[in-house]
Amino acid sequence: MTQRIYAGTRKGLFAIDRTRSGWEVSKTALLGDPISVLLPETDGVVTVAQALGHFGVKIKRSTDGAESFEERPVPVYPEQPEGVEDIDPIHKTPIPWDLKSVWSLETGGEDRPDELWCGTIPGGLFHSSDRGDNWQLIETLWYHDGRKQWMGGGADYPGIHSVCVDPRDSSTVRIGVSCGGIWSTYDHGETWAVEGVGLRADYAPPEYAKEPNGQDAHRVVQCKESPDTVWIQHHNGIFLSRDAGRSCDEITDVDPSVFGFAVVVHPEDPDSAWFVPGVKDEFRYPVDGKLVVTRTRDGGKSFEKLTDGLPQEHAYDLVYRHAMDIDASGDSIAFGSTTGNLFVSDNQGDHWQSVSHTLPPIHCVRFAPD
Amino acid sequence: MPTIEFTANLRRHVDCPTEAIEADTLAASLDEYFCRWPGVRGFILDDQGAVRHHVKILIDGKNIRDRRKLSDTLEPSSQIHVFQALSGG
Repeated sequence: MTQRIYAGTRKGLFAIDRTRSGWEVSKTALLGDPISVLLPETDGVVTVAQALGHFGVKIKRSTDGAESFEERPVPVYPEQPEGVEDIDPIHKTPIPWDLKSVWSLETGGEDRPDELWCGTIPGGLFHSSDRGDNWQLIETLWYHDGRKQWMGGGADYPGIHSVCVDPRDSSTVRIGVSCGGIWSTYDHGETWAVEGVGLRADYAPPEYAKEPNGQDAHRVVQCKESPDTVWIQHHNGIFLSRDAGRSCDEITDVDPSVFGFAVVVHPEDPDSAWFVPGVKDEFRYPVDGKLVVTRTRDGGKSFEKLTDGLPQEHAYDLVYRHAMDIDASGDSIAFGSTTGNLFVSDNQGDHWQSVSHTLPPIHCVRFAPD
Repeated sequence: MPTIEFTANLRRHVDCPTEAIEADTLAASLDEYFCRWPGVRGFILDDQGAVRHHVKILIDGKNIRDRRKLSDTLEPSSQIHVFQALSGG
């Protein structure tokens, strides 16, 4: 049974532990500085990426359960050659070759225990084969002509927010990009291609609405035991792929809404997934001020609206894309909101325990593996 | 000999003591400083070697002119101050 959750917030790191009376905040660390993403591993190891407002991006790692942290190397973009232009195709503004934020941090396959993948804003994917001692930009993707079609969404520049290493073959890696759709490599990064056919952007001009490259996939998650199932919370709604992200079908008519950022899929049951909806893109708060989680158990054919333990009046929480997680058992789910609410369920969302109403805005939530 | 001093707000993150460094330009001074204190570089300069957007550098009380190449010149008595700008964060 999972014992610890980490929440990375606008103002530091919080550890939440399981106690006899429920989940409780047990520890704070790195207070005062924003954490963009975090990666807990076994044996008390947790790595966090900070986005310091003035002084750039930093990575820190603890090997003692967040008691103490050491500074770790950060990915560095290569020198931009004189005369080489890199322009956001929509905003027509220069893409800086400069690390703005670490937006995803994941371990490699079990056969590559020292491997880390790091997705960043403004769109570079970095790889480490020595647990972050050294980072290499994946140049095949950075210099890919298709990358030049990526654009900023909510952030000023494009960013890689999801990295899914295929459990069957760690040379197969899928990434989710806002705004760049779903990209895959089948040869450990030697070559890349855009996939995610079927994603649809209502907000784009009709001739571009179904163009896979440039789609604003907010979050991409893959079922561990059935990796051909990939769920996508897209700017436009919910999509489901049964062929590992190559093609996607849109799921509509979900009460109360299909708009959101976060999605988790059960590690063993590919048909079970959870979402936290907002009204829609220009109204980023729960429908009617009622915070709900939507759950499907049948691959998106039907959804339940889970409310037990969640505020049902005057709730204006938005749940960011990295701020919901499901544990290895598939029973415990945690999510945190922009309002500083943190909720945990130990029965797949049937009931939610409120851990705190007063945390800083929550950017990322993850269970620490036992 | 020119001196270089950092805001106390940075000392919270990384050791960055005041140093006296023989140098003709800001670039040369910072190069030498980062040799002595390599952890400081990433706090002050971005990946392209330019001054971070929300960092401000003064030489003898005046804003530097060249935030990309750091070509501003130093006098033997120059004092370099590195601040966080009153923006961003």
